[in-house]
Amino acid sequence: MVAILSDCRHSYNLDFMVPYNPFSLEGKTILVVGASSGIGQSTAIECSKLGAHLVIVGRNIERLNAALSQMEGDGHSAIPCDITNDEQLTSLVETLSKLDGIVLSAGQSMTLPTMFSTRKKFDGVFDVNFFAPVELMRLLCKSKKLQSPSSAVFVTSIAGTHLWRPGHAVYGSSKAALDAMIHYFAIELGHKQIRVNAVCPGMVETPLIYSNGVITKEQMEADRKNYPLERYGQPTDIAHAIIYLLSDASSWVTGHSLVVDGGITAK
Amino acid sequence: MELDKFIANFAEQLDDTDPAEIKADTIFRQLDEWSSLSVMCTIAMVDAEYGVALKGDDINKAQTVEDLFNVVKSKKA
Repeated sequence: MVAILSDCRHSYNLDFMVPYNPFSLEGKTILVVGASSGIGQSTAIECSKLGAHLVIVGRNIERLNAALSQMEGDGHSAIPCDITNDEQLTSLVETLSKLDGIVLSAGQSMTLPTMFSTRKKFDGVFDVNFFAPVELMRLLCKSKKLQSPSSAVFVTSIAGTHLWRPGHAVYGSSKAALDAMIHYFAIELGHKQIRVNAVCPGMVETPLIYSNGVITKEQMEADRKNYPLERYGQPTDIAHAIIYLLSDASSWVTGHSLVVDGGITAK
Repeated sequence: MELDKFIANFAEQLDDTDPAEIKADTIFRQLDEWSSLSVMCTIAMVDAEYGVALKGDDINKAQTVEDLFNVVKSKKA
């Protein structure tokens, strides 16, 4: 038995018989905003499988409860909140206890040519994709709810940083602004050991990409074939990159935008 | 909702085509400059002018400008 155990020593901590896993989220409390669907929901579920306690936030309590029902482990909670509403946002921050990580994944898509991209259209998308997550991050830091050390992960998009396709100006600009902000947060919060990074996805199979119907299924099928890995991403592809940035495996990573895109920006 | 006005609004989204060439029976897909951006502009114009949310498939199914007018009219009703 001793011989067998010593053979396993390279991969197991025998003191506690806990499998070696630098990506573990065991014991961490993580807030996921935008957890009622898509990337946010998948991230919450995957984090729960790695031992985290989750606080999930979204606008619709029924959809949040549906996400809760798919999560593993105990001690999770769901808080309905529209983060674009200042009062609800303030109340959310007051409700929260200390956090080891946050994931900001609430987002709104828009497909619109530049000639129709009025100030009003920009305002609506920027409220959801930029101002709300940035304000939440600010409030969490000011109230010291984000512990030292902790990790914040924002979900951006290659439409804001790498790939300029017709119709994505409003959405892409909001994500570009968010991408800039993660760098400013990172340099100003580093001394508190609060790491701030982004995961920057290509097209991912979520309700968001089908939400307006401007792009037809045939166009999407052709676009999928454009990707070197010949498919769009699955929400778990993005969730796993987020988990890397939440975990201690990325302890020396901050101010980074991690592209996860099936290779499309390598073309 | 008038057909003539709709045709004028449709023609306004095009850059290289003489607006006088656009008629009710124009098969818009055969226009030289028709592209995926034209589809987006048409959808955006219909939203802005008529408050109707067209889908890419609505445009795919239509042949002529008048077909499109009828789709918008039926969705507005």
